[in-house]
Amino acid sequence: MKLSYFLGCITPNRYPEIELSVVKTLNAFNIDVIPLEGTSCCPAPGVFGSFDLTTWLALAARNICIAERKGVDVITSCNGCYGSLQEANHILKTQRDVREQVNKILSEIGMEFKGTIAVKHVIEILYDNIGIKRIKDNTKNPQSKLKAAVHYGCHFLKPSEIRGHGNSENPTILDELVEATGAKSIFYEEKNMCCGAGGGLRSRDPKVSLQYTKEKLTNMLKAGASCVVTPCAFCHLQFDRGQVDIGKVFGEQFRLPVLYYNQILQKALDIK
Amino acid sequence: MTSKTLMDEVKEAGKILGVDNIESLRACVQCGKCTGSCPSGRLTALRTRKLFLKVQLDMKDVISEDALWYCTTCYTCYERCPRGVKTTDIIRAIRNIAVKEGLMSDSHRKVVGYVLKTGHAVPINTATMKLREKLGLEKIPPTTHKHREALESVQKIVRKTGLDKLIGFDWEEAK
Repeated sequence: MKLSYFLGCITPNRYPEIELSVVKTLNAFNIDVIPLEGTSCCPAPGVFGSFDLTTWLALAARNICIAERKGVDVITSCNGCYGSLQEANHILKTQRDVREQVNKILSEIGMEFKGTIAVKHVIEILYDNIGIKRIKDNTKNPQSKLKAAVHYGCHFLKPSEIRGHGNSENPTILDELVEATGAKSIFYEEKNMCCGAGGGLRSRDPKVSLQYTKEKLTNMLKAGASCVVTPCAFCHLQFDRGQVDIGKVFGEQFRLPVLYYNQILQKALDIK
Repeated sequence: MTSKTLMDEVKEAGKILGVDNIESLRACVQCGKCTGSCPSGRLTALRTRKLFLKVQLDMKDVISEDALWYCTTCYTCYERCPRGVKTTDIIRAIRNIAVKEGLMSDSHRKVVGYVLKTGHAVPINTATMKLREKLGLEKIPPTTHKHREALESVQKIVRKTGLDKLIGFDWEEAK
């Protein structure tokens, strides 16, 4: 199997460890991963989508066009990128007039959206293409000490009618993947609540945004979590960098490690 | 001639997401499940139901409501609406009108500026370049950061759609 990898902003520009763990873990299951060249910001769905939907869609379409040239499906490691590109791909594939309008803009840069590939989240590949059993079978170093507070992030699952991963109120995909590595996924209050970063809130009103994060971290610790596990580079940043910011803004220290799912998988598979 | 209603404007602003999605607002019966489900509603003055009522009643001041910007686009209300109102799409459409009217925060203008300058909303920094090298990755990611012509094509798109003018971006000063 071969996939292209849309890097986005936060993964390569803040958490290159995530980029590396995604490539290494997929390689371990004989999946070739080609990082895309020349892509930009997805662009951020809640930000650009809130400012100017035409620009949002045109820039997302440009990124999809770069992926289409590789002739294989594209993966993302951030729910924001997934949200933008998967929704844009859906709109452009289903609405002919919108596709024509966007292709007119793209013709300025010699590109055309063709609708030939699917946009996937790396978590989807792990769950659907690799599967829980193969992950279990290949776990050499069980992460049995970890009590993981799983955070799905909003845009991985919602809107469920477009994403197609089933009911968003009681998801199990990520919990199953976490437990396949030998770790325990713990239940905590308001587990499906947003991290607070999206929709431009983190940039516009950091304090309110951090209140979300603080509430989630508090609930995770109350339930006995030893780490947060995310499938999203943006939520990851919000929980990780957010703890430093919460210390400054609210004077509260959490010190709860934040891990991207592929990082615990990398450990479980014993890949250096 | 009748002038455009706010509903018409929201429809126009959000049509890319599907006209039916925006028109779903007509099905809203003000039950308040959106507001009851809203994590921002617990922390701020955001009352999603009120935003929608204002559109239904053609109250244009909805676009200048600070609360409009407290939605994190978490889609909880979108998933739960018993009337199938595509809430998050409608909120994004109302925000698009606000931006068109010049109602945009400086911090948001800055985020757009980063993308116009670098192609990224979160551009690379020295610390991450060092970390990338340490991990054995290319120091500069193979994105618009590495490819000048790729960045130029992003800038061309934004000039074409006019978002640069809309936010008053100064290409000479790059801010």
